[in-house]
Amino acid sequence: MDEKIGRRERLDRGIKVRTEGIYAISSWRGIAYSLFPTFSFVLGMLIIPLVVPSMTWQRIMTIACIFALLALSFDFLAHFVGIVCLGGAFFTGVGGYISGVLNSAFGLPMVITIPIATIAGGAICTLFLLPCLPIRGIYFAIVSLMYPLLFARVIQALELFGGTDGLPGLATFPNIWVELYFIIPMTLILTFGLRRLVNEDFGIVLRAIKDNDQAVRASNINIAWYKTKAVFIASAIGCFAGACLAHLYGWVGLSLFALDFSIFPIAATVVGGVGTLVGPIIGAFILAPLSEMLRAFGPLRVVFYSLILAGLVVFKTEGLVPFLQRKYHQFERWTEI
Amino acid sequence: MSEDVVLQVKRVNKSFGGVKAVDNVSFDAFKGEILGIIGPNGSGKTTLVNLITGFVKADSGMVFAEGKKLTGLGPDKIAGLGIVRTFQIPRPYHSLSVVKNLVVPLYSSRIMHTIGGKLGDRDTVALDILEEIGFERDAHVPYKLASAFSEGYLKRLELARCLALRPYIIIMDELFSGLSVSEIAAIIPMVERLQMNGITIIMVEHRVRELFQIAHRVMVMNFGEKIAEDIPKKIIESEIVKQAYLGVT
Amino acid sequence: MNIFIFGLVNSVILALTASGFALAYGVSRLANFAHGALYILVGFATWLFLNRLGINYIGSILLSIIIVSIIGGGIYRLFLIRVKGMPVSEIIASLALGIAIMELFRWRGFISEAYMLPPFINGSVSIAGVMIDWQRLIIIGVGLAMMLFLWLFTHHTKVGLSFRAIAQDKHASMMSGIEPDRTAVISLAMGSALAGVAAVVILPLGNITVETGYMVLTNAIAVCIIGGLGSWAGVFAGAFLLGFAEILTAAFIGPQWQMVVVLLFIILTLILKPSGLLGKQKELEERV
Repeated sequence: MDEKIGRRERLDRGIKVRTEGIYAISSWRGIAYSLFPTFSFVLGMLIIPLVVPSMTWQRIMTIACIFALLALSFDFLAHFVGIVCLGGAFFTGVGGYISGVLNSAFGLPMVITIPIATIAGGAICTLFLLPCLPIRGIYFAIVSLMYPLLFARVIQALELFGGTDGLPGLATFPNIWVELYFIIPMTLILTFGLRRLVNEDFGIVLRAIKDNDQAVRASNINIAWYKTKAVFIASAIGCFAGACLAHLYGWVGLSLFALDFSIFPIAATVVGGVGTLVGPIIGAFILAPLSEMLRAFGPLRVVFYSLILAGLVVFKTEGLVPFLQRKYHQFERWTEI
Repeated sequence: MSEDVVLQVKRVNKSFGGVKAVDNVSFDAFKGEILGIIGPNGSGKTTLVNLITGFVKADSGMVFAEGKKLTGLGPDKIAGLGIVRTFQIPRPYHSLSVVKNLVVPLYSSRIMHTIGGKLGDRDTVALDILEEIGFERDAHVPYKLASAFSEGYLKRLELARCLALRPYIIIMDELFSGLSVSEIAAIIPMVERLQMNGITIIMVEHRVRELFQIAHRVMVMNFGEKIAEDIPKKIIESEIVKQAYLGVT
Repeated sequence: MNIFIFGLVNSVILALTASGFALAYGVSRLANFAHGALYILVGFATWLFLNRLGINYIGSILLSIIIVSIIGGGIYRLFLIRVKGMPVSEIIASLALGIAIMELFRWRGFISEAYMLPPFINGSVSIAGVMIDWQRLIIIGVGLAMMLFLWLFTHHTKVGLSFRAIAQDKHASMMSGIEPDRTAVISLAMGSALAGVAAVVILPLGNITVETGYMVLTNAIAVCIIGGLGSWAGVFAGAFLLGFAEILTAAFIGPQWQMVVVLLFIILTLILKPSGLLGKQKELEERV
């Protein structure tokens, strides 16, 4: 036959195979190959404040970090515990309001309000999400979506915490550099912390719960307790983001419960790669500037990333980080059959 | 085999909608025996296992293990008391390696309480259990993802998961199903070894011939009812059992 | 008496808005989070046809309902069909589409009070000493007609019977030749049409705003959770319970507390009986 039929073949790169396990330290090239991704990611994040052109862009970077934290919390729950949380706005709202109220009504300084908002906010959010844990996942998704909408209405209707106007005049970070070099390292710490956590035994049990919760129950483990702890971690991260946001703008209001904060993290996660924990961060840093550039169009922004999200989810794309990983670790070539 | 009763099932009933899955079943299991449960398809065997181990709530009736009441407890509590079960279709944690699959049950409260959490490195304990049930102890096999193994290995993994909890009763739901004759021949000595270590084993089975090689007593179910309970030799000769399986008079 | 009448109206409103969502979920297990968006889509489309294109009222209504049914079915055929079986992705996809639609309207400027649909009949009438406007009575009438229609449809038409079949046992109905995809498209289209009918009778009571879309979605979900997903009686029970609870709260405690009551009911339902008042979903325990 003259026609040659070929197929595309994907193989691990030679250097990847040579750097498996302990052999990674056998050569300088090997070490460089293994460390390069992590190193460039960390370095990239730390350099960002220095390379962006203007102060506006620096502001955008801090917002991107906030969204990155929310995306991190979404990815952690969705991929490693199997819980889909559609209510990122719930965390930002609760965290933001707690820290705002503590600052405004009690005059507590930022270094106290942020930690308190993180822990207390995490506890409160977990408490409200508790009834949804023993039942099917779809209820958690639905209820977590509704909570920010409902809470916003309650605050508005009861004129609590400033009602529709919100609470202005909160303490802000001394300057933009402090902002950036507080939030970016925190984001890095939380990202790598979570990556470590999911490979430690606690994370192993969570992943087992996601895989087959009946079997975990049959192994005499109280899955409700594990899920609760996981939800607490995720909501604390979200509340931390909300508290930082409050002190970034110096103001809390109903907009902290906006659907933006629920949808954006999901879009960022899908763009960056579900399940990688680093992907959502990168996704957020891609989408945030895009979103700012479209700010002139007002609500069209939301249309834009909702459609992107719908498209990506429906066409089951793999995400940026898995794509890059694939390119880095493997190469493709045609072989003949 | 002693005369102590470790498990008492008294008049349990369960209906799903209009179907009576388990109809007034009572039996006792003695310490250290291998008790088989057989019956045609749809006779309620798996439902009975679910009822005993807490995955399904009984409509009426009670289950006792060493004096403690099991009915009404959730599956995790019952496993915590030392009564564990395997699943008919083994479903390991696909995304985890075999070792990590076993590390998960080592976090059970039962283990934590009995040895005060002094397991040391759970990975090592997991590797020991794996070796006990027949996984090769080398650098690669235990670290492969669970999804990469064949049915025979997965069944053993199910057993390992049970063993990690240090049970005194193991209920095996169709352990032999999906295994070839040689795989069954390889796994039977393991079951016998467990029994000789003092664990009571209840085996729900379809492969009657292989079961009768090791079972001390056998119980037969049909349409949710218990129709016979005796030693294997008598069960083979029983007219009632023949009628249930073959429908001849 | 006041409370009874207005409670009734409120309950019927909730039932109408929830019925479209419940239909799509009950038949095809599709939680259509674009439900609220489709609701206001009908409102805006009718307004457009009426005011910009000069079509008469009835024509505008029919046209909008047909269009929204096509869009609803289209959402399934183009998007949701690719993620069927993965409930998470379904929710995210339909939610994203719904938000895209609603925010598109917000961008187009449909937020001021200028957008209203005229009531069918103006004026009010006195019933048992309570002044009630005709539109609200029409709502009750339409609600009852809807219940009757749905009952007749699901019991006496081929498509309706296939709905019930699929809702009860997907695999068995597939073996009887009922195509799940086609049925899903139809159920989503019908659900959207129901949302449309609800929209045209209820929106004349107030303005058409984007916020209404979100509220409708929230309410529909609340009703379905409280009454029980997957059961028609549940939807009505949930709607009546919530409807009267809201009115009673507004009357005796204060209108602002209504939302709190809704929140409380949802939490209570999830804690005490997650499958809802009359839900037919099996207990989670019985999954093995």
